[in-house]
Amino acid sequence: MNQDIFLDNAATTRTDPEVLEAMMPWLGDNYGSPATLYAFGAQAKQAIEQARQQLADLIGSEAKDLYFTSGATESNNWAIKGVCDALESKGRHIITEQAEHHSILLPCRYMEKKGWEVTYLPVDSDGLVDPADVKAAIREDTVLISIVHGNHEIGTIQPIAEIGAIAREAGVAFHVNAAQTVGHIPVDVEELSCDLMSISGHKFYGPKGVGALFARRGVRISPLIHGGGQEKKRRAGTHNVPGIVGLGKAAELARKNLKAESQRMAGLRDYIMEKIEANLEDIRLNGHRTKRLPNNVNYSIEGIEGESIMLSLSYPTAEDARAIFVSTGSACVSGTLEPSHILLSLGVPAELAHGSVRISLSRENTREDADYALNALFEVAERLRSMSPVYKRGAKQCASADSEDCDCESSC
Amino acid sequence: MYTEQVMDHFQNPRNMGEVENPDGVGEVGNPQCGDVMRITIKVGDNETIEDVKFKTLGCGAAIATSSMVTEMAKGKTLVEAQEISKKAVADALGGLPPQKMHCSNLASDGLKKAIEDYRAKQADK
Repeated sequence: MNQDIFLDNAATTRTDPEVLEAMMPWLGDNYGSPATLYAFGAQAKQAIEQARQQLADLIGSEAKDLYFTSGATESNNWAIKGVCDALESKGRHIITEQAEHHSILLPCRYMEKKGWEVTYLPVDSDGLVDPADVKAAIREDTVLISIVHGNHEIGTIQPIAEIGAIAREAGVAFHVNAAQTVGHIPVDVEELSCDLMSISGHKFYGPKGVGALFARRGVRISPLIHGGGQEKKRRAGTHNVPGIVGLGKAAELARKNLKAESQRMAGLRDYIMEKIEANLEDIRLNGHRTKRLPNNVNYSIEGIEGESIMLSLSYPTAEDARAIFVSTGSACVSGTLEPSHILLSLGVPAELAHGSVRISLSRENTREDADYALNALFEVAERLRSMSPVYKRGAKQCASADSEDCDCESSC
Repeated sequence: MYTEQVMDHFQNPRNMGEVENPDGVGEVGNPQCGDVMRITIKVGDNETIEDVKFKTLGCGAAIATSSMVTEMAKGKTLVEAQEISKKAVADALGGLPPQKMHCSNLASDGLKKAIEDYRAKQADK
Protein backbone atom coordinates (compact mmCIF):
# COMPACT_ATOMS: atom_id res chain seq x y z
CA MET A 1 0.00 0.00 0.00
CA ASN A 2 1.13 3.49 -0.77
CA GLN A 3 2.12 5.10 2.50
CA ASP A 4 2.64 8.56 1.04
CA ILE A 5 0.54 11.38 2.41
CA PHE A 6 -0.95 13.49 -0.36
CA LEU A 7 -1.78 16.98 0.94
CA ASP A 8 -1.88 18.76 -2.40
CA ASN A 9 -5.53 18.15 -3.19
CA ALA A 10 -6.17 21.70 -4.36
CA ALA A 11 -3.91 20.76 -7.27
CA THR A 12 -5.65 17.51 -8.02
CA THR A 13 -7.43 14.62 -6.31
CA ARG A 14 -7.45 10.86 -6.70
CA THR A 15 -10.19 9.66 -9.04
CA ASP A 16 -12.79 7.91 -6.91
CA PRO A 17 -12.85 4.12 -7.59
CA GLU A 18 -16.60 4.32 -8.22
CA VAL A 19 -15.99 7.07 -10.76
CA LEU A 20 -13.35 4.99 -12.46
CA GLU A 21 -15.72 2.04 -12.57
CA ALA A 22 -18.44 4.16 -14.16
CA MET A 23 -15.99 5.36 -16.81
CA MET A 24 -14.56 1.99 -17.81
CA PRO A 25 -17.27 0.81 -20.26
CA TRP A 26 -16.88 4.09 -22.16
CA LEU A 27 -13.16 3.54 -22.50
CA GLY A 28 -13.80 -0.02 -23.75
CA ASP A 29 -16.60 -1.55 -25.76
CA ASN A 30 -18.93 1.48 -25.73
CA TYR A 31 -16.80 3.69 -27.89
CA GLY A 32 -19.59 5.26 -29.93
CA SER A 33 -19.76 9.01 -30.35
CA PRO A 34 -22.82 10.78 -28.94
CA ALA A 35 -23.06 12.88 -32.08
CA THR A 36 -23.99 9.93 -34.28
CA LEU A 37 -27.57 8.86 -34.87
CA TYR A 38 -27.36 5.07 -34.78
CA ALA A 39 -28.11 3.22 -31.58
CA PHE A 40 -24.44 2.70 -30.68
CA GLY A 41 -23.98 6.46 -30.49
CA ALA A 42 -27.31 7.00 -28.83
CA GLN A 43 -26.14 5.08 -25.77
CA ALA A 44 -23.25 7.48 -25.41
CA LYS A 45 -25.60 10.40 -25.91
CA GLN A 46 -27.78 9.09 -23.13
CA ALA A 47 -24.75 8.66 -20.87
CA ILE A 48 -23.52 12.22 -21.29
CA GLU A 49 -27.04 13.60 -20.80
CA GLN A 50 -27.27 11.67 -17.55
CA ALA A 51 -23.94 13.18 -16.49
CA ARG A 52 -25.22 16.64 -17.39
CA GLN A 53 -28.20 16.09 -15.10
CA GLN A 54 -26.00 14.77 -12.28
CA LEU A 55 -23.82 17.87 -12.46
CA ALA A 56 -26.86 20.15 -12.73
CA ASP A 57 -28.28 18.59 -9.57
CA LEU A 58 -25.06 19.38 -7.72
CA ILE A 59 -25.08 23.09 -8.55
CA GLY A 60 -28.83 23.72 -8.74
CA SER A 61 -28.83 24.59 -12.43
CA GLU A 62 -30.78 23.50 -15.47
CA ALA A 63 -29.01 20.63 -17.23
CA LYS A 64 -29.35 22.40 -20.56
CA ASP A 65 -27.29 25.33 -19.26
CA LEU A 66 -24.22 23.13 -18.74
CA TYR A 67 -21.59 22.72 -21.45
CA PHE A 68 -18.82 20.15 -21.14
CA THR A 69 -15.26 21.36 -21.60
CA SER A 70 -11.73 20.08 -21.00
CA GLY A 71 -11.62 21.63 -17.53
CA ALA A 72 -11.78 24.87 -15.60
CA THR A 73 -8.96 26.52 -17.54
CA GLU A 74 -10.90 26.13 -20.77
CA SER A 75 -14.12 27.20 -19.05
CA ASN A 76 -12.45 30.34 -17.66
CA ASN A 77 -10.95 31.20 -21.04
CA TRP A 78 -14.25 30.58 -22.76
CA ALA A 79 -16.25 32.66 -20.28
CA ILE A 80 -13.97 35.67 -20.65
CA LYS A 81 -13.17 35.55 -24.34
CA GLY A 82 -16.63 34.31 -25.32
CA VAL A 83 -18.62 36.94 -23.42
CA CYS A 84 -16.27 39.71 -24.53
CA ASP A 85 -16.59 38.62 -28.13
CA ALA A 86 -20.38 38.45 -28.00
CA LEU A 87 -20.81 41.77 -26.22
CA GLU A 88 -18.09 43.80 -27.89
CA SER A 89 -20.59 46.24 -29.33
CA LYS A 90 -21.97 46.91 -25.83
CA GLY A 91 -18.69 47.75 -24.18
CA ARG A 92 -15.09 46.76 -23.65
CA HIS A 93 -14.57 46.69 -19.88
CA ILE A 94 -14.05 43.69 -17.55
CA ILE A 95 -13.88 43.63 -13.75
CA THR A 96 -11.90 40.98 -11.87
CA GLU A 97 -9.59 40.92 -8.86
CA GLN A 98 -5.85 40.66 -8.28
CA ALA A 99 -5.74 37.30 -6.51
CA GLU A 100 -7.36 35.34 -9.33
CA HIS A 101 -5.94 32.18 -10.88
CA HIS A 102 -3.74 32.62 -13.94
CA SER A 103 -6.46 31.06 -16.09
CA ILE A 104 -8.49 34.22 -15.35
CA LEU A 105 -5.71 36.81 -15.24
CA LEU A 106 -4.00 35.77 -18.46
CA PRO A 107 -7.17 35.76 -20.60
CA CYS A 108 -7.88 39.21 -19.12
CA ARG A 109 -4.42 40.41 -20.10
CA TYR A 110 -4.98 38.94 -23.54
CA MET A 111 -8.17 41.01 -23.84
CA GLU A 112 -6.24 44.09 -22.72
CA LYS A 113 -3.84 43.54 -25.60
CA LYS A 114 -6.83 43.52 -27.89
CA GLY A 115 -7.89 46.90 -26.59
CA TRP A 116 -10.15 46.00 -23.67
CA GLU A 117 -9.89 47.64 -20.29
CA VAL A 118 -9.68 45.49 -17.18
CA THR A 119 -10.15 46.59 -13.58
CA TYR A 120 -8.19 44.35 -11.21
CA LEU A 121 -9.82 45.01 -7.85
CA PRO A 122 -7.61 44.86 -4.78
CA VAL A 123 -8.21 42.31 -2.02
CA ASP A 124 -7.77 42.90 1.70
CA SER A 125 -5.08 41.22 3.80
CA ASP A 126 -7.29 38.11 4.08
CA GLY A 127 -7.84 37.98 0.33
CA LEU A 128 -11.42 39.23 0.38
CA VAL A 129 -12.94 41.40 -2.32
CA ASP A 130 -15.19 44.20 -1.06
CA PRO A 131 -18.53 44.02 -2.92
CA ALA A 132 -18.71 47.82 -2.63
CA ASP A 133 -15.54 48.00 -4.72
CA VAL A 134 -17.20 45.86 -7.38
CA LYS A 135 -20.20 48.15 -7.41
CA ALA A 136 -18.02 51.25 -7.67
CA ALA A 137 -16.01 49.76 -10.53
CA ILE A 138 -19.02 49.05 -12.76
CA ARG A 139 -19.16 51.41 -15.73
CA GLU A 140 -21.52 51.97 -18.60
CA ASP A 141 -19.31 49.80 -20.80
CA THR A 142 -18.71 46.95 -18.33
CA VAL A 143 -19.76 43.65 -19.88
CA LEU A 144 -18.32 41.06 -17.52
CA ILE A 145 -17.43 40.59 -13.86
CA SER A 146 -15.34 37.52 -13.01
CA ILE A 147 -14.61 36.62 -9.39
CA VAL A 148 -13.36 33.31 -8.04
CA HIS A 149 -15.55 31.48 -5.52
CA GLY A 150 -12.83 29.85 -3.40
CA ASN A 151 -9.20 30.85 -3.92
CA HIS A 152 -7.06 27.81 -4.81
CA GLU A 153 -4.01 28.99 -2.92
CA ILE A 154 -5.19 30.77 0.22
CA GLY A 155 -8.67 29.23 0.49
CA THR A 156 -10.54 32.49 0.98
CA ILE A 157 -14.20 32.27 -0.02
CA GLN A 158 -15.49 35.43 -1.68
CA PRO A 159 -18.90 37.02 -0.98
CA ILE A 160 -20.21 35.73 -4.31
CA ALA A 161 -23.94 36.06 -3.57
CA GLU A 162 -23.51 39.75 -2.70
CA ILE A 163 -21.43 40.43 -5.78
CA GLY A 164 -23.93 38.45 -7.87
CA ALA A 165 -26.78 40.64 -6.68
CA ILE A 166 -24.81 43.76 -7.58
CA ALA A 167 -23.98 42.40 -11.03
CA ARG A 168 -27.58 41.43 -11.67
CA GLU A 169 -28.87 44.83 -10.64
CA ALA A 170 -26.40 46.47 -12.99
CA GLY A 171 -27.24 44.05 -15.80
CA VAL A 172 -23.64 42.85 -16.14
CA ALA A 173 -22.81 39.20 -16.84
CA PHE A 174 -21.25 37.56 -13.77
CA HIS A 175 -18.78 34.68 -14.07
CA VAL A 176 -17.60 32.63 -11.10
CA ASN A 177 -14.64 30.26 -11.19
CA ALA A 178 -15.89 27.54 -8.85
CA ALA A 179 -13.14 24.98 -9.51
CA GLN A 180 -12.26 24.76 -5.82
CA THR A 181 -15.78 24.85 -4.38
CA VAL A 182 -18.02 22.62 -6.49
CA GLY A 183 -18.11 19.24 -4.78
CA HIS A 184 -16.51 20.62 -1.62
CA ILE A 185 -19.09 23.07 -0.26
CA PRO A 186 -22.72 23.64 -1.23
CA VAL A 187 -22.84 25.62 -4.49
CA ASP A 188 -26.11 26.84 -5.98
CA VAL A 189 -26.11 29.02 -9.08
CA GLU A 190 -29.43 30.59 -8.05
CA GLU A 191 -28.29 31.53 -4.55
CA LEU A 192 -25.07 32.92 -5.96
CA SER A 193 -26.86 34.84 -8.75
CA CYS A 194 -24.18 33.93 -11.25
CA ASP A 195 -24.60 33.74 -15.01
CA LEU A 196 -21.52 31.67 -15.77
CA MET A 197 -19.62 29.17 -13.65
CA SER A 198 -16.47 27.15 -14.29
CA ILE A 199 -16.26 23.60 -12.96
CA SER A 200 -13.35 21.14 -12.90
CA GLY A 201 -13.75 17.37 -12.62
CA HIS A 202 -10.43 16.37 -11.07
CA LYS A 203 -10.73 18.80 -8.16
CA PHE A 204 -13.46 16.69 -6.62
CA TYR A 205 -12.46 13.08 -7.26
CA GLY A 206 -13.43 13.07 -10.93
CA PRO A 207 -11.07 12.47 -13.86
CA LYS A 208 -8.60 14.99 -15.27
CA GLY A 209 -9.25 16.66 -18.61
CA VAL A 210 -12.94 17.27 -18.12
CA GLY A 211 -15.00 20.10 -16.71
CA ALA A 212 -17.93 22.27 -17.56
CA LEU A 213 -19.10 25.80 -18.06
CA PHE A 214 -22.49 26.75 -16.73
CA ALA A 215 -23.91 29.48 -18.95
CA ARG A 216 -27.37 30.60 -17.98
CA ARG A 217 -29.91 30.71 -20.81
CA GLY A 218 -29.93 34.16 -22.33
CA VAL A 219 -26.30 34.95 -21.51
CA ARG A 220 -24.56 35.92 -24.71
CA ILE A 221 -21.35 34.03 -25.31
CA SER A 222 -19.50 33.16 -28.52
CA PRO A 223 -17.85 29.76 -28.92
CA LEU A 224 -14.18 29.45 -28.04
CA ILE A 225 -13.70 26.26 -30.04
CA HIS A 226 -15.26 26.09 -33.49
CA GLY A 227 -15.95 22.95 -35.46
CA GLY A 228 -18.68 20.34 -35.26
CA GLY A 229 -22.12 20.94 -33.84
CA GLN A 230 -21.56 19.41 -30.41
CA GLU A 231 -22.94 21.08 -27.25
CA LYS A 232 -25.59 22.98 -29.19
CA LYS A 233 -22.90 24.34 -31.54
CA ARG A 234 -21.27 26.17 -28.64
CA ARG A 235 -18.33 23.87 -27.94
CA ALA A 236 -17.09 21.81 -30.85
CA GLY A 237 -15.17 18.54 -30.66
CA THR A 238 -16.14 14.93 -30.10
CA HIS A 239 -17.27 14.47 -26.54
CA ASN A 240 -14.86 13.05 -23.99
CA VAL A 241 -17.48 10.45 -23.10
CA PRO A 242 -15.55 8.56 -20.39
CA GLY A 243 -14.49 11.84 -18.79
CA ILE A 244 -17.98 13.30 -18.88
CA VAL A 245 -19.49 10.13 -17.41
CA GLY A 246 -16.83 10.27 -14.69
CA LEU A 247 -17.58 13.92 -13.99
CA GLY A 248 -21.26 13.09 -13.66
CA LYS A 249 -20.55 10.23 -11.29
CA ALA A 250 -18.23 12.42 -9.20
CA ALA A 251 -21.01 15.01 -8.98
CA GLU A 252 -23.50 12.40 -7.87
CA LEU A 253 -21.14 11.09 -5.17
CA ALA A 254 -20.24 14.59 -4.00
CA ARG A 255 -23.88 15.54 -3.64
CA LYS A 256 -24.57 12.49 -1.50
CA ASN A 257 -21.83 13.25 1.02
CA LEU A 258 -21.45 17.00 0.67
CA LYS A 259 -22.53 18.42 4.02
CA ALA A 260 -21.02 15.72 6.22
CA GLU A 261 -17.75 15.63 4.27
CA SER A 262 -17.47 19.38 4.23
CA GLN A 263 -17.88 19.53 8.01
CA ARG A 264 -15.47 16.68 8.67
CA MET A 265 -12.87 18.30 6.46
CA ALA A 266 -13.30 21.70 8.11
CA GLY A 267 -12.80 19.97 11.47
CA LEU A 268 -9.54 18.45 10.27
CA ARG A 269 -8.46 21.80 8.80
CA ASP A 270 -9.11 23.57 12.10
CA TYR A 271 -7.23 20.85 13.98
CA ILE A 272 -4.23 21.33 11.70
CA MET A 273 -4.35 25.10 12.04
CA GLU A 274 -4.52 24.91 15.84
CA LYS A 275 -1.62 22.49 15.93
CA ILE A 276 0.53 24.61 13.62
CA GLU A 277 -0.16 27.74 15.64
CA ALA A 278 0.64 25.94 18.90
CA ASN A 279 3.92 24.49 17.62
CA LEU A 280 5.48 27.02 15.26
CA GLU A 281 6.50 30.56 16.14
CA ASP A 282 6.84 33.41 13.66
CA ILE A 283 4.26 32.30 11.14
CA ARG A 284 1.50 34.04 9.21
CA LEU A 285 -1.86 32.56 8.31
CA ASN A 286 -2.56 33.28 4.65
CA GLY A 287 -6.22 33.68 3.75
CA HIS A 288 -9.30 34.32 5.84
CA ARG A 289 -9.54 32.41 9.12
CA THR A 290 -13.20 31.41 8.80
CA LYS A 291 -14.38 32.35 5.30
CA ARG A 292 -12.22 29.56 4.04
CA LEU A 293 -12.35 26.39 1.97
CA PRO A 294 -12.79 23.41 4.30
CA ASN A 295 -9.72 21.71 2.84
CA ASN A 296 -7.24 24.61 2.75
CA VAL A 297 -4.44 25.48 5.18
CA ASN A 298 -1.79 28.03 4.19
CA TYR A 299 0.93 29.52 6.36
CA SER A 300 4.09 31.46 5.74
CA ILE A 301 6.96 30.31 7.91
CA GLU A 302 9.49 33.04 8.56
CA GLY A 303 13.15 32.51 7.83
CA ILE A 304 12.81 29.61 5.42
CA GLU A 305 11.92 29.06 1.81
CA GLY A 306 8.98 27.05 0.50
CA GLU A 307 10.65 24.85 -2.07
CA SER A 308 13.10 23.53 0.50
CA ILE A 309 10.19 22.71 2.81
CA MET A 310 8.36 20.97 -0.01
CA LEU A 311 11.45 19.00 -1.06
CA SER A 312 12.32 17.99 2.48
CA LEU A 313 8.83 16.65 3.07
CA SER A 314 8.57 14.85 -0.25
CA TYR A 315 12.03 13.23 -0.05
CA PRO A 316 12.38 12.23 3.60
CA THR A 317 15.82 10.88 4.53
CA ALA A 318 14.83 8.22 7.06
CA GLU A 319 14.32 4.87 5.38
CA ASP A 320 10.84 4.10 6.70
CA ALA A 321 9.60 7.70 6.59
CA ARG A 322 6.47 8.51 4.59
CA ALA A 323 6.72 11.07 1.81
CA ILE A 324 4.44 14.07 2.21
CA PHE A 325 3.25 16.21 -0.69
CA VAL A 326 2.38 19.86 -0.14
CA SER A 327 2.70 23.00 -2.24
CA THR A 328 4.25 26.45 -1.88
CA GLY A 329 3.97 29.97 -3.24
CA SER A 330 7.73 30.34 -3.53
CA ALA A 331 9.23 31.79 -6.71
CA CYS A 332 11.27 28.60 -7.09
CA VAL A 333 8.08 26.77 -7.92
CA SER A 334 6.34 29.43 -9.97
CA GLY A 335 9.06 29.35 -12.60
CA THR A 336 9.60 33.10 -12.33
CA LEU A 337 11.64 35.30 -10.02
CA GLU A 338 8.47 36.43 -8.30
CA PRO A 339 6.72 34.60 -5.52
CA SER A 340 2.98 33.95 -5.73
CA HIS A 341 1.06 36.96 -7.04
CA ILE A 342 -1.78 35.94 -4.76
CA LEU A 343 0.26 36.28 -1.58
CA LEU A 344 1.73 39.57 -2.81
CA SER A 345 -1.79 40.86 -3.50
CA LEU A 346 -2.62 40.34 0.20
CA GLY A 347 0.31 42.55 1.10
CA VAL A 348 2.43 39.61 2.28
CA PRO A 349 6.10 40.69 2.03
CA ALA A 350 8.04 38.83 -0.66
CA GLU A 351 10.31 37.14 1.90
CA LEU A 352 7.26 35.65 3.62
CA ALA A 353 5.58 34.73 0.36
CA HIS A 354 8.66 32.63 -0.50
CA GLY A 355 8.16 30.73 2.74
CA SER A 356 4.53 29.74 2.28
CA VAL A 357 3.25 26.20 2.63
CA ARG A 358 -0.17 25.09 1.44
CA ILE A 359 -1.73 21.95 2.84
CA SER A 360 -4.89 20.98 0.95
CA LEU A 361 -6.91 18.04 2.20
CA SER A 362 -8.99 15.34 0.62
CA ARG A 363 -11.53 12.99 2.10
CA GLU A 364 -8.80 10.36 2.26
CA ASN A 365 -6.74 12.28 4.81
CA THR A 366 -7.08 11.21 8.41
CA ARG A 367 -6.12 12.81 11.69
CA GLU A 368 -3.25 10.31 11.95
CA ASP A 369 -1.96 11.44 8.55
CA ALA A 370 -2.21 15.03 9.71
CA ASP A 371 -0.29 14.31 12.92
CA TYR A 372 2.43 12.51 11.02
CA ALA A 373 2.72 15.26 8.42
CA LEU A 374 2.75 18.04 10.97
CA ASN A 375 5.47 16.42 13.05
CA ALA A 376 7.52 16.12 9.88
CA LEU A 377 6.77 19.76 9.02
CA PHE A 378 7.87 20.96 12.46
CA GLU A 379 11.12 19.01 12.20
CA VAL A 380 11.80 20.35 8.72
CA ALA A 381 11.05 23.92 9.78
CA GLU A 382 13.40 23.58 12.75
CA ARG A 383 16.15 22.11 10.60
CA LEU A 384 15.86 24.71 7.83
CA ARG A 385 15.66 27.54 10.32
CA SER A 386 18.86 26.28 11.94
CA MET A 387 20.48 26.61 8.51
CA SER A 388 19.04 30.05 7.82
CA PRO A 389 21.44 33.00 8.11
CA VAL A 390 18.58 35.44 8.66
CA TYR A 391 16.15 33.71 11.01
CA LYS A 392 16.17 34.91 14.58
CA ARG A 393 13.43 33.53 16.79
CA GLY A 394 10.76 36.11 17.58
CA ALA A 395 12.49 38.86 15.58
CA LYS A 396 10.77 40.23 12.51
CA GLN A 397 13.82 39.75 10.34
CA CYS A 398 11.82 40.30 7.20
CA ALA A 399 11.20 43.89 8.24
CA SER A 400 14.91 44.59 8.41
CA ALA A 401 16.07 47.99 7.25
CA ASP A 402 18.06 46.78 4.26
CA SER A 403 15.12 44.95 2.74
CA GLU A 404 13.63 48.28 1.72
CA ASP A 405 16.14 49.04 -0.95
CA CYS A 406 16.20 45.51 -2.29
CA ASP A 407 16.69 45.31 -6.00
CA CYS A 408 15.37 41.86 -6.71
CA GLU A 409 16.16 41.79 -10.42
CA SER A 410 19.84 42.37 -9.93
CA SER A 411 20.41 40.17 -6.92
CA CYS A 412 18.20 37.16 -7.61
CA MET B 1 13.95 17.96 -11.43
CA TYR B 2 17.16 17.82 -9.36
CA THR B 3 20.08 15.44 -9.81
CA GLU B 4 20.97 12.86 -7.17
CA GLN B 5 24.00 14.93 -6.19
CA VAL B 6 21.85 18.01 -5.61
CA MET B 7 19.43 16.01 -3.47
CA ASP B 8 22.31 14.47 -1.54
CA HIS B 9 23.85 17.86 -0.73
CA PHE B 10 20.41 19.29 0.04
CA GLN B 11 19.52 16.49 2.43
CA ASN B 12 22.98 15.99 3.91
CA PRO B 13 24.62 19.38 3.69
CA ARG B 14 28.38 19.48 4.31
CA ASN B 15 29.96 22.20 6.43
CA MET B 16 26.74 23.78 7.60
CA GLY B 17 27.12 26.38 10.30
CA GLU B 18 29.48 29.23 11.08
CA VAL B 19 33.23 29.19 11.57
CA GLU B 20 34.14 30.52 15.01
CA ASN B 21 35.96 33.86 14.89
CA PRO B 22 36.00 33.82 11.09
CA ASP B 23 38.77 35.54 9.14
CA GLY B 24 36.34 36.40 6.36
CA VAL B 25 32.57 36.62 5.98
CA GLY B 26 30.62 36.83 2.73
CA GLU B 27 26.89 37.34 2.50
CA VAL B 28 24.98 37.39 -0.79
CA GLY B 29 21.35 37.44 -1.91
CA ASN B 30 18.47 38.85 0.04
CA PRO B 31 15.34 37.48 1.70
CA GLN B 32 12.97 39.19 -0.74
CA CYS B 33 14.40 37.05 -3.50
CA GLY B 34 14.14 33.96 -1.37
CA ASP B 35 17.88 33.26 -1.22
CA VAL B 36 20.50 34.40 1.29
CA MET B 37 23.91 32.76 1.77
CA ARG B 38 26.46 33.46 4.43
CA ILE B 39 29.90 31.94 4.00
CA THR B 40 32.48 32.13 6.78
CA ILE B 41 36.12 31.15 6.31
CA LYS B 42 39.18 30.46 8.43
CA VAL B 43 42.43 31.14 6.61
CA GLY B 44 45.57 29.23 7.58
CA ASP B 45 49.21 29.11 6.47
CA ASN B 46 50.07 29.96 2.86
CA GLU B 47 46.68 31.57 2.49
CA THR B 48 44.85 28.26 2.36
CA ILE B 49 41.26 27.86 3.42
CA GLU B 50 41.53 25.86 6.61
CA ASP B 51 37.82 25.83 7.35
CA VAL B 52 34.72 27.04 5.59
CA LYS B 53 31.08 26.86 6.57
CA PHE B 54 27.79 28.10 5.18
CA LYS B 55 24.35 29.11 6.30
CA THR B 56 21.71 29.40 3.63
CA LEU B 57 18.11 30.45 3.34
CA GLY B 58 16.78 29.22 0.04
CA CYS B 59 15.60 26.47 -2.23
CA GLY B 60 17.11 23.05 -2.80
CA ALA B 61 19.60 24.38 -5.35
CA ALA B 62 20.66 27.24 -3.07
CA ILE B 63 21.42 24.86 -0.22
CA ALA B 64 23.11 22.25 -2.41
CA THR B 65 25.38 24.76 -4.18
CA SER B 66 26.35 26.26 -0.81
CA SER B 67 27.26 22.86 0.52
CA MET B 68 29.18 21.98 -2.64
CA VAL B 69 31.17 25.20 -2.74
CA THR B 70 32.40 24.65 0.81
CA GLU B 71 33.59 21.16 -0.12
CA MET B 72 35.34 22.50 -3.20
CA ALA B 73 36.99 25.38 -1.35
CA LYS B 74 38.34 23.52 1.66
CA GLY B 75 42.13 23.14 1.51
CA LYS B 76 42.46 25.37 -1.54
CA THR B 77 44.51 28.56 -1.55
CA LEU B 78 42.57 31.81 -1.70
CA VAL B 79 43.66 32.33 -5.29
CA GLU B 80 42.43 28.89 -6.27
CA ALA B 81 39.20 29.24 -4.33
CA GLN B 82 38.44 32.55 -5.96
CA GLU B 83 38.44 30.86 -9.30
CA ILE B 84 35.64 28.44 -8.45
CA SER B 85 32.94 29.44 -10.91
CA LYS B 86 29.19 29.04 -10.81
CA LYS B 87 29.47 26.62 -13.65
CA ALA B 88 32.07 24.52 -11.80
CA VAL B 89 29.75 24.29 -8.78
CA ALA B 90 26.79 23.33 -10.96
CA ASP B 91 28.88 20.79 -12.88
CA ALA B 92 30.09 19.19 -9.66
CA LEU B 93 26.42 18.69 -8.76
CA GLY B 94 25.69 17.02 -12.09
CA GLY B 95 23.98 20.17 -13.38
CA LEU B 96 21.17 22.43 -12.23
CA PRO B 97 17.80 23.18 -13.83
CA PRO B 98 18.30 26.20 -16.15
CA GLN B 99 16.20 28.63 -14.10
CA LYS B 100 18.26 27.78 -11.01
CA MET B 101 21.56 28.66 -12.66
CA HIS B 102 20.51 32.26 -12.56
CA CYS B 103 18.71 32.71 -9.24
CA SER B 104 20.03 30.18 -6.76
CA ASN B 105 23.64 29.63 -7.72
CA LEU B 106 25.17 32.36 -5.59
CA ALA B 107 27.44 30.24 -3.45
CA SER B 108 30.64 30.97 -5.38
CA ASP B 109 29.84 34.69 -5.14
CA GLY B 110 29.47 34.28 -1.38
CA LEU B 111 32.85 32.58 -1.19
CA LYS B 112 34.48 35.34 -3.26
CA LYS B 113 32.96 37.93 -0.95
CA ALA B 114 34.31 36.13 2.10
CA ILE B 115 37.79 36.10 0.53
CA GLU B 116 37.53 39.81 -0.33
CA ASP B 117 36.43 40.49 3.24
CA TYR B 118 39.49 38.62 4.53
CA ARG B 119 41.78 40.60 2.23
CA ALA B 120 40.20 43.89 3.23
CA LYS B 121 40.72 43.04 6.89
CA GLN B 122 44.35 42.11 6.22
CA ALA B 123 44.89 45.39 4.44
CA ASP B 124 43.51 47.28 7.45
CA LYS B 125 45.93 45.58 9.83
